[in-house]
Amino acid sequence: MVLVLVDHDHGVLDELSLQAVTYGRELAAATGEQLDALVVGADGSGVAGALGEHGVATVHVAAHDGLTDYAPVAAARAASEVAARTGASVVLAAGTPRGNEVMAHLGAITDLPVAADCVSVAPGSPTQVVRARWGGSLIEEANLHGSPALVTLVPHTVAAEPGGSGAGDLAQFTPELADGDLLVIARPAAAEEKAGVSLADAKVIVSGGRGVGSAEGFAPLEELAELLGGTIGCSRVVTGNGWRPHTEQVGQTGTKVAPDLYIACGISGATQHIAGCRNAKTMIVINTDPEAAIMGYADYAVIGDVSKVLPAIIEEAKKAKAG
Amino acid sequence: MDVLVCIKRVPLSGGKFTITGDGLDIESAKLGFTISPHEEVAVEEAVRIVEQHGGSVTVLTLGPADAEEQIREQMAIGADRGILIETNGAEWDPQATASAIADAINEDESDFDLVIMGNESADASGYQVGIRVAHKLGRPIVTGVKGITVAADRATFERPVKAGRELYEVPLPAVVTVLDGLNIPRYPSVPGRIRAKKKPIERRSPERPEPKLEKTRLEVPQTEAKQAQVLGNGPEAAAAVVEIFKQIGVI
Amino acid sequence: MSTLPAQAKAVIIGAGIVGNSMAYHLARLGWADLVQIDKGPLPNPGGSTGHASNFIFPVDHAKEMALLTFDSVRQYKEMGVFTECGGIEVARTEERMQELHRRMQSAKSFGIDGCRMLTPAECVELVPYMDPDVILGGFYTPGVGVVDSLRAGTIMREKARDMGALQTFANTEVTGMVVEDGQIKAVETDKGTVEAEYVVIATGLWGPRLAKMAGASIPLTPAVHQMIDVGPVPRFADAKGDIEHPIVRDMDTNMYERQHGNGLEIGSYAHRAILHDPEELPSVEEAQLSPTEFPFTAEDFELQYEQALELMPEIVGDETVGQKYAINGLLSLTPDGMPLLGETPEVKNLWSVSAVWIKEGPGIGKAVSEWMVLGDSEIDLQASDIARFYDHQKTRKHIKERTAEGFNKTYGIVHPNEQWASNRNVRLSPYYERQKALGAEFYETAGWERAFWYESNAGLVEKFGDAVMPRTAEWESRWWSPIINAEHLQMRETAGLVDLTAFVEFDIQGPGALDAVQRVCMRQMDVPIGRVVYTPVLSASGGFKSDLTVMRLAHDHYRVVTGGAHGMADLKWFGDHLPADGTAHVTDHTSSLTTLGIWGPNARRILESITRDDVSNEGFKFGTCKTIEIGPLKVLASRISYVGDLGWELYVPMEQGAQLWDALWEAGQEHGLIPVGIGVYGTTGRIEKGYRAFGTELETEFTVVEAGMAPPKIKAADFNGKEAHLKHRSTDPVAILCSLTVDDHTSSTGVKRYMMGKEPILTTDKKPITDAHGRRSFVTSAGSAPSIGKHVLMTYLPPEYTGEGTKLVVEYLGDHYPVTVAVAGATPLFDPKNERILS
Repeated sequence: MVLVLVDHDHGVLDELSLQAVTYGRELAAATGEQLDALVVGADGSGVAGALGEHGVATVHVAAHDGLTDYAPVAAARAASEVAARTGASVVLAAGTPRGNEVMAHLGAITDLPVAADCVSVAPGSPTQVVRARWGGSLIEEANLHGSPALVTLVPHTVAAEPGGSGAGDLAQFTPELADGDLLVIARPAAAEEKAGVSLADAKVIVSGGRGVGSAEGFAPLEELAELLGGTIGCSRVVTGNGWRPHTEQVGQTGTKVAPDLYIACGISGATQHIAGCRNAKTMIVINTDPEAAIMGYADYAVIGDVSKVLPAIIEEAKKAKAG
Repeated sequence: MDVLVCIKRVPLSGGKFTITGDGLDIESAKLGFTISPHEEVAVEEAVRIVEQHGGSVTVLTLGPADAEEQIREQMAIGADRGILIETNGAEWDPQATASAIADAINEDESDFDLVIMGNESADASGYQVGIRVAHKLGRPIVTGVKGITVAADRATFERPVKAGRELYEVPLPAVVTVLDGLNIPRYPSVPGRIRAKKKPIERRSPERPEPKLEKTRLEVPQTEAKQAQVLGNGPEAAAAVVEIFKQIGVI
Repeated sequence: MSTLPAQAKAVIIGAGIVGNSMAYHLARLGWADLVQIDKGPLPNPGGSTGHASNFIFPVDHAKEMALLTFDSVRQYKEMGVFTECGGIEVARTEERMQELHRRMQSAKSFGIDGCRMLTPAECVELVPYMDPDVILGGFYTPGVGVVDSLRAGTIMREKARDMGALQTFANTEVTGMVVEDGQIKAVETDKGTVEAEYVVIATGLWGPRLAKMAGASIPLTPAVHQMIDVGPVPRFADAKGDIEHPIVRDMDTNMYERQHGNGLEIGSYAHRAILHDPEELPSVEEAQLSPTEFPFTAEDFELQYEQALELMPEIVGDETVGQKYAINGLLSLTPDGMPLLGETPEVKNLWSVSAVWIKEGPGIGKAVSEWMVLGDSEIDLQASDIARFYDHQKTRKHIKERTAEGFNKTYGIVHPNEQWASNRNVRLSPYYERQKALGAEFYETAGWERAFWYESNAGLVEKFGDAVMPRTAEWESRWWSPIINAEHLQMRETAGLVDLTAFVEFDIQGPGALDAVQRVCMRQMDVPIGRVVYTPVLSASGGFKSDLTVMRLAHDHYRVVTGGAHGMADLKWFGDHLPADGTAHVTDHTSSLTTLGIWGPNARRILESITRDDVSNEGFKFGTCKTIEIGPLKVLASRISYVGDLGWELYVPMEQGAQLWDALWEAGQEHGLIPVGIGVYGTTGRIEKGYRAFGTELETEFTVVEAGMAPPKIKAADFNGKEAHLKHRSTDPVAILCSLTVDDHTSSTGVKRYMMGKEPILTTDKKPITDAHGRRSFVTSAGSAPSIGKHVLMTYLPPEYTGEGTKLVVEYLGDHYPVTVAVAGATPLFDPKNERILS
């Protein structure tokens, strides 16, 4: 049996868990096993229908008075109970913060090894996995000695697709929790205004380097970032000169980012900067030097001085927004 | 308040990795070594807690003898002493690592009110050593933390989630794993570096158990080189840029 | 991006400060069709330029480097990338204070104005965050500044491109060099092959790797220079620009500190020499920062942290000031510390412009471009000529050991006569064991161990008493012995035996030999067989390319004898100027021939006693050579002298040298023959005779006329530099080489001091003297003239100061000493009629 740990937020299904279910279904099909899922918390039963459509035979629902919010140890305890009861050969979860966390607790409780961030799993003895290291900069092949095989899956390894012939039967149970299993439980903080977009999560980053010229030179970058709902990034030269705070530094010694759009203004493209922004989906470079190193990583380039090009872009963008 | 921070010596990444002939390691002869940014903020946080509440900061690592370099670097930031669990350089899997760390903690004279680790190591990224250590110590653990408030016998941890943040309040002693961005780590001062030379390091060298997560091969994934499409020169290119904004849906 | 062209006039490999300077200057001098490639990206391809600290201290003890730096600053200023901030070299020890006075001398000698000595309090006025209690004083150079070397590179590339002369290709890696018949033909790259008439290697650390592809050698090694950046510094919080405070060089700790924005950069040349292998540099992709920025090794910087803290406690001791950045940056070191410039001796038209620092980059780009395009450079580059090396000097061992030893001399106090300690005993003459037994003190020239003086002559010091001009000051006594002057005086009384094995000898032979030597040498070479001619060798501009002697051994056979230090460059020069039709060839005999010199009033008597051949004044005239028999040896004897006494240079095959020594030694005993070292041959013997030396008096920047060596008549045959020389002869020289004597040696503290060379010559009111071409007067050579009991200084002076008896002043280690012009021109101070030589 392949057991997938499915995450939800008070009944709202985690999309990435569906990818894990889809991958779990393929594993189960290959070995001729059944595909089950575990959801933790009574309010998780609402996701059973969707799981059935994705081929889950039985949806185990761990219901417990204390399980009102996310409680990682309790979740792992429930998982170990189901895995033992059903004789699971593989326990799978999404390689999300919660998926990895619960799986690690399960590994600690059962004293079994865990392979996190896998891109491929071949059950067996040992189970052979291929997993990401260094945030995907390296790929590792490894043997996982232990049963069940505890693995998490790198997000977007497969696309979530309905399929299979699972009934999605509900099997609610009350997990036996040990003392302290509910000691660590999430208390949602009161909703609050977020002060801008964080660099690591930003969808759009307008980043400046030496070519911006001064702290004051960042004014048009800020304006464009605001227009695009993004945030400011910068190179090491900039923080070194004290033009911007270190929190905004993109690169090997700063933050590694993967925005949808990275606009590199006056950045030559030192190796250490590239290391932080090479995962941008689209990169636009504004630079006076058509031979700058960063050109080799960019999708689009404007040759010119940042202080002259940016105001024109801002004006154009405002027009476009105004409709 | 006695705080222990666990760190890991890893090659400085940035350029292209090269794999050693046996396919099991990164060619690191030309590389420098560092610790994960998660661990940098962990040390900074520990130093700040001790600056505020008094106590001591101990830095622990499991790694080769050369990992002393990383311990000394953190001593320059403000750690008071070090524990080096010395290996022969071969990688230890997460279970073995956690056991060795837990043993070192259990056998140490200090009870360590708080153990801070990075959320995951920079290189192996297994997301589990902290959790396994907590289980072995029988202490609560919160992971992925970007905010720490410590009172006498309790700590509150903030964890960023999609919707905002979660709060966890746990009794001490506890274990916590943290994320980059928790704070802005200070750079070591020169007096700090000079002091670091003289601080004590305790060395342990347990046997390496057989790995249960056994690395068999490393490889570098293939990526393609780009060639930027020039949209134009100077301000005249603005319209073309905004066109790209529209295409990718940021406007 | 356009594609690599199939052909080019020249391919310049490298786009750091050197490659960019070469591209610009070659274009400026009229070469079009230049292709520049670099395997890295632009504007920072990842070489040493990219991480350089970019500051420039113009004062240098080497004139060539001082002038090149001066010219570079001029170019940087023109490009608008130079920020003047001033610089202070501080001393923590008395010995360093003396060295700072020497730097003051060099500043005045090479024309760097405005420098002054500072008290600790004056230092702190300029750099208030320095602790005055740590230092004894400072040497301030107002013209010190910081450049943006990457910007300068871009500007130079753009200028060359705007002239339509240059195409630059980044991310293009050289994979091979095509050489045919010893000449470079093409460069192969990962983007295609370019055929080229010339190829310039301007790749810094990668030079050895590229040269090897062509079968040439660029002997340098990458070495680590450590640098950290601490900040933010509260005092610099409002800093507007990159640099507003003078740069401090803490000379005794081999460190520097400079403000950089709101940070303080601390660099060190003090740690153990960390050398890397040019073959093992990482690629741009593999490198963590760049291929020339290696991970910082903090353990090598431990002492430096403490020393920086001592000097600048306010900043470095501030707990809120952190180390933001630290690297082990790589730079190029060479075995003798000088750059590697010029055409490689192995491959025609393959040029090296290597081991060049930011401070001299544009100046060297200009000079080497002149050399390539015009055949000659305005600033003499002979000390940097890549052709200077012998094979043993290109070995890995030699390069590693000498660069390791030389690294700490970067800020060190280097005595002008200081000897290398590493990789010695590489070339031994046949007399080495005999010399050792005589207590020889060995100095090294081009790998040869040469006896500088002999302890066996120590007794002569007492004999001659004060005539040996004893020295009491430690500085001038270092690497010196009064025995040298005693040997000199004894040679003048009886005779001395001098080992000259270090000479370089090569033969020009073939039907075209006469034409070949006529073209290269200034003097008449169409002379009877058996004549020995001392001749200048001129550069295109009429300056000295060399000076040497040529023996005509047969109608189609000439033998060139030249000094060991410069011999390899001379060999290349003759080889480069052979007739194109192949009617003459050059053969090097340096390692198969050994030379002994025997000079002094008794030299003939000694020789007569062991040969039956006629060595009388009539039978063996001065300036002739012939083969004589000494026992079983056929000896080529040449009657010339560089010490001003009767005698011969005697040449035999290397393996027979010991027997020749023994024969002369034995015969000489009853005639008072002593062994004489190079201390006499190189300095005292020549200086009282007014003999000039190549590299000090003789260089391309001064003409034969100025050196006082113009022959009365000029031969009809054409020769290199003839046109320029004829022009020099037709106008009055603006400087004349003079010999000066020191009138009073007493220093301000009452100690007798003796100048060592390179000191500024000043007017009696202590003003620098500058000739009409802007050249300063300074001491080119200094040394004892024991026979006349004077300390003699040679210097070029403008005509108004050349009257015999003119009173002037020499500045030496902070004091001023009166001197008198004794002779203008080449007239000897001792034996002015040359009666001894001609007797």
